[in-house]
Amino acid sequence: MNLSTLFNAMPGAIAQGLIWGIMAIGVYITYRVLDYADLTVDGTMATGGAVCIMLMMNGVNVWIALLCSILAGMLAGLATGIFHTAMGIPPILAGILTQLSLYSINLTIMQGKANQAVSVTKFNLIVSSRYVRELSLNNPIFISLIFTAVLIAVLYWFFGREMGAALRATGANEAMSRAQGINTNFCKILGLMLSNGTVALASALFSHYQGFVDVNMGRGAIVIGLAAVIISQVIFGRFFRNFALKLAGVSLGAVIYYIVIQIVLWLGLDTNLLKLLSALIVAVFLAIPFWKSKLNSMRKGGVPRA
Amino acid sequence: MLDITNLRKTFNARTVNEKVALAGVNLHLDDGDFVTVIGGNGAGKSTTLNAIAGVWPVDSGKIVIDGTDVTNLSEHKRAFLLGRVFQDPMTGTAASMQIEENLALAARRGQPRTLRPGITRAEREGYREKLRMLGLGLEDRMTTKVGLLSGGQRQALTLLMATLKQPKMLLLDEHTAALDPRTAAKVLEISRQIIEENHLMTMMVTHNMRDAIAYGNRLIMMHEGRIILDIRGEEKKNLTVEALLEQFARVSGDEFVNDRALLS
Repeated sequence: MNLSTLFNAMPGAIAQGLIWGIMAIGVYITYRVLDYADLTVDGTMATGGAVCIMLMMNGVNVWIALLCSILAGMLAGLATGIFHTAMGIPPILAGILTQLSLYSINLTIMQGKANQAVSVTKFNLIVSSRYVRELSLNNPIFISLIFTAVLIAVLYWFFGREMGAALRATGANEAMSRAQGINTNFCKILGLMLSNGTVALASALFSHYQGFVDVNMGRGAIVIGLAAVIISQVIFGRFFRNFALKLAGVSLGAVIYYIVIQIVLWLGLDTNLLKLLSALIVAVFLAIPFWKSKLNSMRKGGVPRA
Repeated sequence: MLDITNLRKTFNARTVNEKVALAGVNLHLDDGDFVTVIGGNGAGKSTTLNAIAGVWPVDSGKIVIDGTDVTNLSEHKRAFLLGRVFQDPMTGTAASMQIEENLALAARRGQPRTLRPGITRAEREGYREKLRMLGLGLEDRMTTKVGLLSGGQRQALTLLMATLKQPKMLLLDEHTAALDPRTAAKVLEISRQIIEENHLMTMMVTHNMRDAIAYGNRLIMMHEGRIILDIRGEEKKNLTVEALLEQFARVSGDEFVNDRALLS
């Protein structure tokens, strides 16, 4: 094992972590703020890239293409929101239904091909892995940082507004929100749209970064997003109380996740086992609060509730 | 003014768990009426309050609050008319949000939620004053998360939230039942103050007969989804627990079997 190989891989891991961190911020909006486990993101994480790359291949300006990606993601969130609020489908199932639909939709957008590539020499890509070790304004780490900062600023502003506060209240206590005249169904739909719009932005950026969009690139995205949210909670939870700092923590969580993955691969883990490893790590971290409460109630002599 | 006509609600209709919760409730309240509601478990007290609040649609009947027919309005759309405090202190507030944020949410009841600031500096000063009047020291903890407050503090805060934007009607659903006796007395006293100061039309469900007699200008008793007793004015002032139990037995042909009501 050669340390310099690991060292060389670090800039790439950080850049990927930052882009997936944007996705994780989207997951944070639903999972933490809205208290809604939204599986739509596995589909949206490919939709954003598909829309952006295909529009660019058809000569559309890169920024307009990016905007369309975000709108497409918001539409996916709207679909899940309607499945849940207007049709009464439970959150997880509503997300799975949209996710499955998106597989067909993504293939259709990509004109029936499982992947579509764009070359950095021919296209004006916002971020590209080609420049990841270059000390310039083209460096994807630098550009991703700017995107993350702007996103956090916008979300921080929004959640301090009446509408954002209503959204947070909906996630915190639905009965109370309705008693205070908040349209909780509207808030849920809005939250899902915000979240999936953010994920689609990450998707578009990631397809730029790797130079292609793949119909499967979102598989397991929710798990990576949850991992980032949980890592940030475990490491920064005590210090990051402010909402903006919490979002920044989630982004850092994703970077840490990618660095750890890089180290594990460097240690010789079979890449095929990567998703298994991610899932198990997230499962253990999700279990920690449950185990803690179980331990506490046993200490007090009470009977733990399953 | 509140007008309820022939209100009916059956839960789990046409199943083995079918439960007729409201079997034709008629009630008229005038502005400023403070009614206490008593009755055994399953009598329909909380169901009546939930029907007024619109937690679910009723099967038939009509509810008119202050001239607005709310029967077919969803819960959040009729919220501008109502202030509500619940039995469980967890229900009335958002635990993960600050005291001042909770108040700001309540101050906007009945208004569209726009992109204006969620809370302003001027508002904060107003809330500080109102919190001071509760006498619980919450005015110095305005950025504390509500989840860190005691049950009594949360109920007092919920009361303040329910009346911050003056409602046409206040619904108190056993709001002191989950509190220890001393805290319950304090919250009840705060309730009375707020109701009197704002001359609020109020329905208060309670299991405590003494409270039901001591508070308000009117008392109704429910049994099997109907109002079976309606006592007001001088008659209510002279009421005793014993007389109330006797009346219940006479009207319902049933013993008032409820340990909580008898022992408290």
